[in-house]
Amino acid sequence: MSLHAVLYVALAMFAIGLYGVLARRHAVAVLLSIELMFNAGNLAIIALAWSRGLLSGVILVLFAIAITVAEVAVGLSLVLLASRRARTAVLDDFSELKG
Amino acid sequence: MTDAAFWILAVVMLSGAAVVVTARSLVRAAFGLAAALVATAGMYLLLTAPLLAAVQILLYTGGVLTLVVFAIVVVGGEVVGRTSRKPLTAAALSIATFAVLARGVRGIDFGPPRGGLDAGAALGVSLFVKDYAVPFELLSVLLLAAVVGALVLARKDRPE
Repeated sequence: MSLHAVLYVALAMFAIGLYGVLARRHAVAVLLSIELMFNAGNLAIIALAWSRGLLSGVILVLFAIAITVAEVAVGLSLVLLASRRARTAVLDDFSELKG
Repeated sequence: MTDAAFWILAVVMLSGAAVVVTARSLVRAAFGLAAALVATAGMYLLLTAPLLAAVQILLYTGGVLTLVVFAIVVVGGEVVGRTSRKPLTAAALSIATFAVLARGVRGIDFGPPRGGLDAGAALGVSLFVKDYAVPFELLSVLLLAAVVGALVLARKDRPE
């Protein structure tokens, strides 16, 4: 298990998450894809910290995970609010600002 | 042994991720995310960070997925019609991103791994007593603010 291998796996997960963010039509699915990208970033940080023997990387990821949980709570309630107003959670239908 | 475990976890993780971005049913996508996150926790174990593996399963897989499933129940998880828009453009962009980043990673020589993180006691002292005690407490304030904010946003009888 080399550092490069872990980083490539993290990059692949990041790319898959990016595809989801760009392509999915449902707002909750986009949030799930954002989680994937977060997770890939965390994995890359831990891989580098493991390779260097740096304990602060673990602490950085602990904080990142906690902040992600806060972000998900607020993000989901925003989706809830938006879907209650627009009667849909499909992002293409949030087009009130378009002329 | 470690190598085999790593590749198995990598396959589980990436196929879970693929389910997240392709599944028609959002519940299925949430379970794909659970698979990917648990596999990541396994990878944290391999990278000698057992505390993070536990936090990942408890907070991420437990907390986030419960929230997501609740939201799916409320919002409705089925999309009528296509699940994605302009999938080819999105795929091209994400593959290009992967290629650029992978090229950058390949060019770096990290040297021999110094290896190993596992230091439960040192981590605890650093996080709770010495270096990061104040940020840790601030984090609890942030979480409280997020919970209150989520409640205020999502409540039904909100004054407009």
